[in-house]
Amino acid sequence: MTETALLRHPRTAAIGAALVLLAAPPLLSSFLLTLLTQALVYGILAMSLDLLLGYTGLSSLGHAAYLALGAYSVGILTTRHGANFWVTLMVGVLAAAVAAAIFGLLALRATGVYFLMITLALGMVIWGLAHRWVSMTQGDNGLSGVPRPTGLPWSVAEGVPFYYLVLIAFALAFVVLRTVVRAPFGQTLVGIRESETRMRTLGYHVWLHKYIGFVIAGAVGGFAGVIWAYYNGFVSPADAELATSVEVLLMVALGGRGTLFGPAIGAGVIVMLKNLVSVYTHRWLLILGTVYIGTIVYAPDGIVGTLRSWLAARRRRPVGVAGVVVNPEGGGPHG
Amino acid sequence: MADRSTPALKLTDVSKAFGGLSAVDRVSLVVGAGERRVIIGPNGAGKTTLFSLISGEQPLTDGRIELFGRDVTRLPPHRRAALGLARTYQITNLFPKLTVLANCLLAVQGLASSKLHLHRPMERYTDHFARARSVLDAVGLRDREGDEVRTLSHGEQRQLEIGLAMAGSPRLLLLDEPTAGLAPAESQLMTALLKRLDPEITILMIEHDMDVAFEVTDRVTVLHYGRVVADGYASEVKANPLVQEIYLGAE
Repeated sequence: MTETALLRHPRTAAIGAALVLLAAPPLLSSFLLTLLTQALVYGILAMSLDLLLGYTGLSSLGHAAYLALGAYSVGILTTRHGANFWVTLMVGVLAAAVAAAIFGLLALRATGVYFLMITLALGMVIWGLAHRWVSMTQGDNGLSGVPRPTGLPWSVAEGVPFYYLVLIAFALAFVVLRTVVRAPFGQTLVGIRESETRMRTLGYHVWLHKYIGFVIAGAVGGFAGVIWAYYNGFVSPADAELATSVEVLLMVALGGRGTLFGPAIGAGVIVMLKNLVSVYTHRWLLILGTVYIGTIVYAPDGIVGTLRSWLAARRRRPVGVAGVVVNPEGGGPHG
Repeated sequence: MADRSTPALKLTDVSKAFGGLSAVDRVSLVVGAGERRVIIGPNGAGKTTLFSLISGEQPLTDGRIELFGRDVTRLPPHRRAALGLARTYQITNLFPKLTVLANCLLAVQGLASSKLHLHRPMERYTDHFARARSVLDAVGLRDREGDEVRTLSHGEQRQLEIGLAMAGSPRLLLLDEPTAGLAPAESQLMTALLKRLDPEITILMIEHDMDVAFEVTDRVTVLHYGRVVADGYASEVKANPLVQEIYLGAE
């Protein structure tokens, strides 16, 4: 292989991105560093949703629920019980995984738009709990005064060390999800996206595969929520809002479904856009909607997907599609 | 298969109704192990519906299905596949955005325990790759392994249909019009491919092209309005006046 295009070399691209992210803090103002930190947290959430939306072809509109469960775990445990980072991490991820395990039983009975509506409704249940269960969540006031993580070998009270903690969390989530999608299980999710009926008659218990994927996505979403609460220092029903779920969905679509790092890029773009645009206007949702329509109409494969096909067209060669490890340049051993 | 006397497939009064419409009406059928049988019948006779009942993709309204002597009437499709059943589709049903090899790997993995593995990358499963490539050799698509399936010709996609079904080494193969939409030359290629299949494999196929049907199979079941109207060796069925009237006579 002699191509120099980064997209043809995911490993090179990943190392390059990692170096940029590692070297970023001294080069950025504290405002931009905060935005980058936020983008990384949303990146975790967007990548976890990509497992459903991009790989399995399941459009979930309730992914904010897991973010909220992770975040509220942190909010409640730190402000009431002074729990350290590791306790909140375990509880937050577990709470989200358990919720996904229950929600999955309900949502995966349906497909397509019905699946979307059920996940939306279940997401609203979590929002309702956050809003109404005042004794636990402080309702609309939210839980303020969430401290920076404790129990770590180094202090992350300042912006830069905290940024590195978030970067580690992001890298961990990326590695976990990438391992899953490259493993046989991840390939079965892609197969389900492409043809569920064929998968069934080939011997796959399709529901089980979707269910496992759904729970993994929920757990990683909860992981994002844990980090999010520490980043914000504040947890409120806004974390569970439908608008949050929609935003994440847009991050995945904009970045490129089924590419894993695409949604992370999408998260970066949306976070930057949101914060820069809000300086000039309050009509953020209008802008979001415009970007969404623009993406669907002009670049349905998202940033990464569009770049890939553009590169492929330039080379006039077929290219493996998102989520497929076996590509023409000889993924896999030749037997 | 120790016991060749156990039929590969036994249908007893199998029925399927969609609302008031009876698509499959009390069909009883025995396909012996190693037998090659074709189901013929005019469009709308319920042939494809019957296949989806056998594969478990649709629930029956009534009746009983046995695979290799085991009652599978209520088993989901993946459990039936695990017993050695595989099918192809009349309307090509592949994984269009995946490569030919990736398609085949999914098929190979369908009955392997590795399908739920979460940690090792797919590339490490060299035995699956070897099996997938041998299947591609068998259906003549080895040189296309790196191409996306949607870039294949219709004929190649039909060949891959057979490949996916064969990947799990089935004992009973349901072929739903393997030559659908093929040009005569491609059709001949397909016939040759089907004739090369391991004679141990029991085949039940739906086919409109009688030349293909009689070359691959030796027994015929005629379905008309969801019912079996004739059943026997090709020569007997061809001579059956009822069959001539409703089906062969129409040509």
